[in-house]
Amino acid sequence: MLGYTLRRIIYTAPVLLGVSVVCFALVHISPGDPLISILPADASVELQERLLVLYGFDRSYIEQFFLWLGRALQGDLGTSIATGRPVTAEVMRAVGNTLMLASVATVIGFVLGCFFGFVAGYFSNSPLDKAASAAAVFGVSVPHYWLGMVLVIIFSAQLGWLPAAGAGPGGSSQWKFDAEHLSYMILPALTMSVIPMGIIARTVRALVAEILAQEFVIGLRARGLSEFGVFLHVVKNAAPTALAVMGVQLGYLLGGSILIETVFSWPGTGMLLNSAIFQRDLPLLQGTILVLAMFFVVLNLIVDVMQSALDPRIKR
Amino acid sequence: MVDATLSQPAITAVRSAGYWQNVGKRLVRDKTAMAAAGVLLLILLAAIFAPLVAPMDPLEGRLINRLKPIGTEGHLLGTDELGRDMLSRLIWGGRLSLLMGVTPVVLAFFIGSAIGIIAGYAGGWTNTLIMRTVDIFYAFPSVLLAVALSGALGAGLGNALLSLTVVFIPPIARVAESVTTRLRSSDFIEAARASGAGALTIVRVHVLGNVLGPIFVYATSLIAVSMILASGLSFLGLGVRPPNPEWGLMLNTLRTAIYAQPWVAALPGAMIFMVSISFNLLSDGLRSAMEVRQ
Repeated sequence: MLGYTLRRIIYTAPVLLGVSVVCFALVHISPGDPLISILPADASVELQERLLVLYGFDRSYIEQFFLWLGRALQGDLGTSIATGRPVTAEVMRAVGNTLMLASVATVIGFVLGCFFGFVAGYFSNSPLDKAASAAAVFGVSVPHYWLGMVLVIIFSAQLGWLPAAGAGPGGSSQWKFDAEHLSYMILPALTMSVIPMGIIARTVRALVAEILAQEFVIGLRARGLSEFGVFLHVVKNAAPTALAVMGVQLGYLLGGSILIETVFSWPGTGMLLNSAIFQRDLPLLQGTILVLAMFFVVLNLIVDVMQSALDPRIKR
Repeated sequence: MVDATLSQPAITAVRSAGYWQNVGKRLVRDKTAMAAAGVLLLILLAAIFAPLVAPMDPLEGRLINRLKPIGTEGHLLGTDELGRDMLSRLIWGGRLSLLMGVTPVVLAFFIGSAIGIIAGYAGGWTNTLIMRTVDIFYAFPSVLLAVALSGALGAGLGNALLSLTVVFIPPIARVAESVTTRLRSSDFIEAARASGAGALTIVRVHVLGNVLGPIFVYATSLIAVSMILASGLSFLGLGVRPPNPEWGLMLNTLRTAIYAQPWVAALPGAMIFMVSISFNLLSDGLRSAMEVRQ
């Protein structure tokens, strides 16, 4: 177990390094001079050259990369061109909002996905299975940004029950877990939950059908165990994989929240990325992506280690 | 060890010539898959013959006609925020949306398969080097990588296509690599090698035929994701530029109209949904048609 954990951590290190190379390269694959968005249009050649040296753009890429990485490791992701504030502060402020939204969405998606998956797997090829499988296909096929718009049309524009956008009065800085603020979270969280719902439902359906077909289930039934007792055995067997899928999905939602946050103006990393792209604020874009990608890699590591801890059948 | 081999989909050594015919027959009998194929064919034909099918010019509109409801005379599906005919724009929009959704998967299918087969067949250090590089790109959530690349490269159709292709190469390369690696140690490849066949011949004659099937099925399941992502990029303003009709972009510009004409505003998204669910159902049908052992 410990050996596996260590090996897994060692294996992750080069991936993290590679991810940071890709993030570093983002600024350099973008067309035009990296200084173009900072410089005024009538900047003198002299000023241009001074800034080039100041930002380190006159050095070789390799030198630049290690300077950048060194600063990033110390928590310095540079300065946002648009706001002039440190990128790290901007990202940290936003990442909490996205984490909150993505976690709620993952939990909703997990509960619904498990429900549909169990129903479909238990009554496979029955009308119930068809309905539950249809819900799963819906979840993986629907463009979630459109679903968000449709929910806004129904519940905000037509019925007027829920707010359409934002994170409540006072914005994200005054977030509280009270009814008023939570009402702002319902629509984005529901929209977001559809993605993990579909994937978890499909996984659980396949798992349950596979487990029920195994001989030990026949054995349990033959020994006279109640249907509920059998159900508990199925849950125990399906849990490690289902939880692992849930963990990976949380990472996907963290990284993929940009579309939903744009629809609902949710003040998270997605909104931050959106404004970074349109203001050509490359340091902010780079920093946000680096943080989100690191989250995803580390989350996957934790999920892998947890899964092998939970499931003794997995030999590594 | 035995369990591990059993849980993996078996690779039948050399499939009979009638294998694909059998798959085709089973697929035709699958009503859901056929319905999905029908919907896709209809949308595809409408997109190809857009100049003949669309009742009006998709780019021309009169502001006096803006945001007419569904069922207006002369505008069956209403008009958009600039008074352009929605039906015509949806039909024309199919061209760019389908192009943007399908092209990255097709390109990634060829590039990813090549990378995966080379890595799988070469093995050893070549494999490690290639696959660890692939892992780096696989370590990004797909939406994030697409947004990061097209955000850095700048808005535009070409950049969006390039970003999406990069997103889909790693998953396809991984599937190709794992199938090829498993195949490499199978008896009939050993036999071919023992009888003196060169690497290129073995790959061409024995590997490709057995590897491309599973990769193809996997790639078809990615088209639905690609459709959603591609239109998502346009929705964010990173893909197709106005005034060109594209479903994601139309959805974005119509967001301002959700109070005035909510159902007209939702139409482009319904098209994306229809195409993506059809691709998913067709891919599911294909998968089960191929999995049945003869």
